[in-house]
Amino acid sequence: MIRARVLCQQAGRQAGGVILALLAASGLLLLAGASPVEVFRQIGLGAFGSVTRLADVLVVWGPLALVTAGLLVTFAAGLWNIGIEGQIVMGAIGVTGSLRLLQDAPLPAWAVLSVALAAGMMAGAAWAMLSGLLKTVGGVNEIFGGLGLNFIASALILWLIFGPWKRPGIGSMSGTEPFPDSLWLPALAGTRLSFWSVALGLAAVGAVALLLSRTVLGLRLKAVGRNFRAAYLLGVPAWRHLLLAFGLCGALAGVAGFVQVTAVYHRLIPSISSGYGFLGLMVALIIRCRAAWVAPVAVFFAAITIGGIQLPIALQLDSSLSGVLQGLLVLGVLFSDGLRHRAAARP
Amino acid sequence: MDWPTILLTGLAGVLATAGPLVVAAIGEAISERAGVVNLSLNGTLILSAMAGFAAAVATGSLAAGFLCGAAVGAAAALLVAFAGITLRQSQVAVGFVLALTLRDLAYFLGAPVMGAAGPRLDILPVPLLERLPVVGPMLFRQDVMTYASFLLIAAAWVWIYRTRPGLTLRGLGEQPAAAFVRGADVIRLRYLYTVAGGALVGLAGPMYSLSVKAGWKGTISGLDGLGWIALALTIFGGWHPLRIAAGAYLFAFLQWLGVVLQPFLPGIPSQVLQVAPFPFMILTLVLVNVGQAEWTSRLLALLPEGGRRRLAGLLRLLRASPPAALGQTFKRE
Repeated sequence: MIRARVLCQQAGRQAGGVILALLAASGLLLLAGASPVEVFRQIGLGAFGSVTRLADVLVVWGPLALVTAGLLVTFAAGLWNIGIEGQIVMGAIGVTGSLRLLQDAPLPAWAVLSVALAAGMMAGAAWAMLSGLLKTVGGVNEIFGGLGLNFIASALILWLIFGPWKRPGIGSMSGTEPFPDSLWLPALAGTRLSFWSVALGLAAVGAVALLLSRTVLGLRLKAVGRNFRAAYLLGVPAWRHLLLAFGLCGALAGVAGFVQVTAVYHRLIPSISSGYGFLGLMVALIIRCRAAWVAPVAVFFAAITIGGIQLPIALQLDSSLSGVLQGLLVLGVLFSDGLRHRAAARP
Repeated sequence: MDWPTILLTGLAGVLATAGPLVVAAIGEAISERAGVVNLSLNGTLILSAMAGFAAAVATGSLAAGFLCGAAVGAAAALLVAFAGITLRQSQVAVGFVLALTLRDLAYFLGAPVMGAAGPRLDILPVPLLERLPVVGPMLFRQDVMTYASFLLIAAAWVWIYRTRPGLTLRGLGEQPAAAFVRGADVIRLRYLYTVAGGALVGLAGPMYSLSVKAGWKGTISGLDGLGWIALALTIFGGWHPLRIAAGAYLFAFLQWLGVVLQPFLPGIPSQVLQVAPFPFMILTLVLVNVGQAEWTSRLLALLPEGGRRRLAGLLRLLRASPPAALGQTFKRE
């Protein structure tokens, strides 16, 4: 019960930020000559108006929750893992590579998929730890190293899709040849939603919540994040924990890549990450890294993304409005937090 | 066309396409020198490109377009400064969210002017100087903003390293407490430099939409990612105007090389060649940074005397470290 009350208090505190964001969004929409009420109603309908739509929201939710869970680990260790996009991409490349190798082998589908999942996790973790190594050994701030590695990952995926893994004939932005449907994660009838995608997302959020609140490792990671030097002086091998946080986050990003390849697109496409890495960073920021909020807020953000898709048809508005709304929400919360602290600090 | 002409026009093009990157990265360097990291570059650049283009189309005036772009950049920087300095929120967080939000805002608000025909900066040859062999066609047959980017490099260098206020500027980012004791109004100056730097970033947007990549084509304008490059150039250039410019020209040169060499490298898809400079940039970033790492000096100590000195000298030449108080809020005790 106490826990529920804490959650309510946290929600109440953020309400100011959400109201701020809604006001800004309404002003913007009026400026663009649209009715805010109608826009919000259309987004709601677009996200929850039918079973198919709801399923689409959950299709986004799976990878988004996976990525956000991973980012909670790096944020706990005080790291800004902006390279998360590249980690999803490398995970997807690892998955596609292993599926290509094994799709003709006389193995049951579940075995092939398990190997692909492991390969995706390893590829994502390796790419994340490269960010970590650049930071620890090369002295490159993880934000800039991560950005550079994102670019390299997108160069690599383009090269693969247009080069060695191109479709018979000519490579194109539409991606690689689709995998046989025996290698697709099973979808619920009539939808694009796979049970496994949601299950993996839930498992990741639960595991990270436990890791950070109930284990010694979680405590150490947080100690490194709060005060790197103090943690080091108190005997926590701080550098190693940074690498470990990167590795865990990258592995979860790799799982997100696995879901994108095997459950959503069934092939490798250039924009395989769908921007979920950066969206996950936004979710992690708005919930101030509190694990209990990952699942519901990720549903909300996924709903805005899906709800925005039909805006061009319904209201002749560009669907990039979704991104604007999500950004305004995060900014609203950041600014209202700041304003509240400032008001509290004033004598 | 004969080879020398192709090469010269190519290099002139490199100087022009690097112009916006130079301006944006120097703008960012100025705010970072003052201790504020403005991570919003990618969004600011795209929004100011759209806004500048729309303003130029609406008024028919190129100057209005550039002013509008600079205003957008200054406003975005003001948000980062307000959140970071006054509200004491993470500058990185606010900047990052702005980088994504302003980009989408540009696509959203820019839909009505998408594909519209708009004005474009003309080439303005400098009389006499343009006749110089080699240098003439490269440096003196550009548009006004490209000349401005040349001047900015020199002006920023002089300001930062050769003037009294420039010394204070460096102090703001390195030792704000010391600058404060010496009478500098740290908070006000940080606001000032962040907004000024943001305005420069905002100028870079219309440099694309009114010149280098004229027009506004929404998501396919080809501007997404350039802001991140400019940010990387700031770091790669060690917050030093001359080195930032060198990095920007190198980047533009490599991209041009990718286009030129395309016919000779049929095995490599064109999409890959376009992004090829990025890995190169990160490698350089590492090289710039290893000079500082403790293990490098330990490793160097193992080398024989002559080689060590030369290598250490080279690393020192590359070395750059960020302003010590970058991203930290300043509290008057």
